[in-house]
Amino acid sequence: MLSVLGLGALGTLFGSHVQAGISGLLNSVHANGLASVLPGGGQFTIYTVTNGYPAAPADYRLRVGGLVERPLSLSLGDLQSLPATHLTRDFQCVTGWVVSGVHWVGVRLSDLADHAGVQPSARAFRFTSFDGVYTESLTLEQARQTGAIVAYSMLGAPITREHGGPVRLYVPDMFGYKAIKWLSGIELVTQAPPGYWEQNGYPVNAWISGQPPAAPKV
Amino acid sequence: MSATQVSTDRAPESSSRGLVLRFDGVERAVHWLNASLFLILVGTGAALYFTPLIALVGRRRLVEEIHLYAGLALPLPVLLGLAGRWGRALRRDIGRFNRWSEADLEWLHGLVDTASGRRRSAVRPALGKFNPGQKLNAAFVAGGGLVMLGTGSLLRWYEPFPLSWRAGATFVHNWLAVLFVLVIVGHISLALADREALRSMFGGRVSRGWAARHAPAWLEEPADRP
Repeated sequence: MLSVLGLGALGTLFGSHVQAGISGLLNSVHANGLASVLPGGGQFTIYTVTNGYPAAPADYRLRVGGLVERPLSLSLGDLQSLPATHLTRDFQCVTGWVVSGVHWVGVRLSDLADHAGVQPSARAFRFTSFDGVYTESLTLEQARQTGAIVAYSMLGAPITREHGGPVRLYVPDMFGYKAIKWLSGIELVTQAPPGYWEQNGYPVNAWISGQPPAAPKV
Repeated sequence: MSATQVSTDRAPESSSRGLVLRFDGVERAVHWLNASLFLILVGTGAALYFTPLIALVGRRRLVEEIHLYAGLALPLPVLLGLAGRWGRALRRDIGRFNRWSEADLEWLHGLVDTASGRRRSAVRPALGKFNPGQKLNAAFVAGGGLVMLGTGSLLRWYEPFPLSWRAGATFVHNWLAVLFVLVIVGHISLALADREALRSMFGGRVSRGWAARHAPAWLEEPADRP
């Protein structure tokens, strides 16, 4: 029994390295069927806070409003016609799991805000999801620092329903819960209200390293 | 005391119809409470992890809460079952789990020899109330359960811990869960293969014949003093 306890403690301290090894092994033998069932394949654990994964409405629009000069109502096609940003970054969950090298395509949040014309009193974004529950927020400064994107492609394909399609946020250098799924509303507000997960115990400081990266991103 | 008094864990002399008490009411209650909590933990755990099940169940916060409280409650039946006067049979059985006899080692050797084809039939050393497989299972469940409790707590109250520990705890918690399911599937299969042993987890008793076949040294033990 003590040996089981010891193994458990060792696993907690060094498990992340073993985990990386197992992910590599499973990938190298192309055990995709198996890897999707066994823990350690380095895949997403795909959360939803409502009754299942919500389906996008047929007439999906992304609305940008609040403290802006020109409120926007964008279809997926409208969004895709804007200048695109490509990113390949790790997706890090606050609870520990990580998916490395995820490819994203989307429109920079800051660019989208400029497009709508930010009023001087605006300081933050408030995001809403068409699941009706999930909310998130970022300050204008955080949006610039992270280079956050409003993403419509992930893992080399249109974002699937489980992963928050058709449109979700991706915030580099911040924990995964910031990357709100099923994004349908972006509102410019005077201060960042805590989002769904922050209200449910996740830290308001979502920087993976605890603080913004040293050099601001260009 | 009547002739059918069953407050001790073994009373062969006083048993009626050649039955021996294998598990008293407290032990059976602890077992079934554990089993229920375990089922809840496996069900909710799966509904937090597998995409198709998440799609079916959703409601992550609620499922997390149920999983958390079922996990925190898991040690309680055993701890309550051990306490006080009513815990005597369980305490005695846990003592038995922790003692290894020559016969146990012989049984394990026999198992290895049979599995590797070196011997045709299994040896039948005079085992006590629990065979080595049951003893190993008990050690695994106790140790593994505490590890699940520890890693689960770390994952719930993760903020003081570095990210690599959280990743490690996720790794241990998930893989150990897989191992637990395998071990419990084995446990249930073995129980279904021996209906008399299974019935004793409901009614408490086995026949003297069963005890003589599976646990002869148990029958030789001095009677538990009241």
